[in-house]
Amino acid sequence: MLGHGGLVPELTRAPARDGGACDDAIAVVGGVYSNHAALRAALTDARRRGATRLFCLGDLGGFGPNPGRVYPVLEEFGVETIAGNYDRSLADRLADCGCGYTHPADNEFARRSYDYTHRRTTDSERAWLAALPGALRFTRGGRRWLLCHGSPRRINEFLWESSTSDAFLARLLRESEADQVLCTHTGIHWQRALPEGGRVVNAGAVGRPANDGRPEVWYAFFAAGASEAEFVPVRYAHESLALEMESEALPPEFVETIRTGWWTTCLEILPAKERARGRF
Amino acid sequence: MPCLGLDTVWFQVAGTLCNLTCRHCFISCSPTNHRHELMSRAEVRRYLDEAAALGVNDTYFTGGEPFLNRELLPILADALKLGPTTVLTNATLITPERAGALAALQSGSRYSLEVRVSLDGPTAASNDPIRGEGSFDATMAGVEALARAGLHPIVTVARTWSDSEDLAARAEFHRFLRERGLSRPRVKVLPLFLMGRETERTRGYVEEERLTDEHLRGHDPWLLQCSTSRMVTSRGVMVCPILIDAPDARMGSTLRESLRPHPLAHGACHTCWATGASCRN
Repeated sequence: MLGHGGLVPELTRAPARDGGACDDAIAVVGGVYSNHAALRAALTDARRRGATRLFCLGDLGGFGPNPGRVYPVLEEFGVETIAGNYDRSLADRLADCGCGYTHPADNEFARRSYDYTHRRTTDSERAWLAALPGALRFTRGGRRWLLCHGSPRRINEFLWESSTSDAFLARLLRESEADQVLCTHTGIHWQRALPEGGRVVNAGAVGRPANDGRPEVWYAFFAAGASEAEFVPVRYAHESLALEMESEALPPEFVETIRTGWWTTCLEILPAKERARGRF
Repeated sequence: MPCLGLDTVWFQVAGTLCNLTCRHCFISCSPTNHRHELMSRAEVRRYLDEAAALGVNDTYFTGGEPFLNRELLPILADALKLGPTTVLTNATLITPERAGALAALQSGSRYSLEVRVSLDGPTAASNDPIRGEGSFDATMAGVEALARAGLHPIVTVARTWSDSEDLAARAEFHRFLRERGLSRPRVKVLPLFLMGRETERTRGYVEEERLTDEHLRGHDPWLLQCSTSRMVTSRGVMVCPILIDAPDARMGSTLRESLRPHPLAHGACHTCWATGASCRN
């Protein structure tokens, strides 16, 4: 007997990997969404800036073309990667991506790109995704950092800047025994130092522009010892990616976002302030 | 249902008082229903302080019609200092001045202020038989005032159509709102709850519409809003925004007292489970 949502996967089954101590310059990329070109450009930029460790917060597939082209880039740069909801869905061969959209039209777009990605994911890629940890921890300047996908407690929880209170973020930090949390899942980057200490950084997405009318994508760079993120815009060959998406017959709405930097779908989940900043 | 932590607090800030008498209202609000009374700013603030101490994320203000509460704007200002805030209204009392005041609250806070407007059809002919004669025009005047003030209200619709009509019905609302000057039409659809006045319009729940252990096996409790939210009215803290009149809904007089498990014993619980509905945005 299944109600809405049906049987759910155990989202937090994998324990956090212990990443030791890390005080060097580092870079964190959010959702990749099969945008191999932007991923390569961001990682190249991060290395050039002196990042010694590179992290990816999951959601490797979806949206973009040819999902298999992302894995070699992650390997080439030695990126430490955790699982997003998309990765869990692909690994478990679930019927949908578990993104948590509310509008049926959004779910229809999500289904199309999930089906496309699902069909093009090989068994060995699935096994690789299944082995990803759900979170990663390390200490930096004596502070406990936790890297996760959605939130420390839910892989598909949206942490938007305008719809999360200080008190709530402080509770998430307290409950997850962290002084600093890094997350993605929303696709728009932001950070906040909390009044009682602690910091939350949403690294945004490296695979899709931030609904700001520019085709660049963003990642988070941390100078040696820093807890405050520098958000870095990355130019890449976005027109080539758009053409590749068209040749793969992906939805024109997605291609438009790559070209213009404005989101055209999945807008219903945006809170008022984030929605007002976009074009649609 | 366990309590997994308090993320959201609702306020029945106008009690059960409303200037409309909608035929599907699951708590039978009307100009004369005083079962739950208006809440004062001081009363709300006490709960807001407790909510912040408990790490609550967001607050929602509903009724009845919240704008019948003369302290609503200062109450919303208090709430927006602490976190994201939503007000649920029929918009019939939203004048251009009030829309401007809401827009000022929005731009003065780093949190989102969501204005949710109830409407049940894109025409007077489809809306007014449910919400009352003249309500369509009065609501749309409020919606247009909000849009002119630069806000992007979420229009909330009680679902009166079938699965196969769902996409078309939503698309129709989007098209209609765009025509009326909303540059970013936002629509939320909620199921009907077979309670209150709705039982006279259609029917009440039957005995089979109850949850059993079998329904809940393997079901993710996070999907039911009662795992992470509570509703405050003038009568205390209730388990959810729908069940405020149920005899077993009262969980205590403070938020902290209310954070305990409760049985999913009502027909409305079955509706939330079956439809995936959440009163959240």
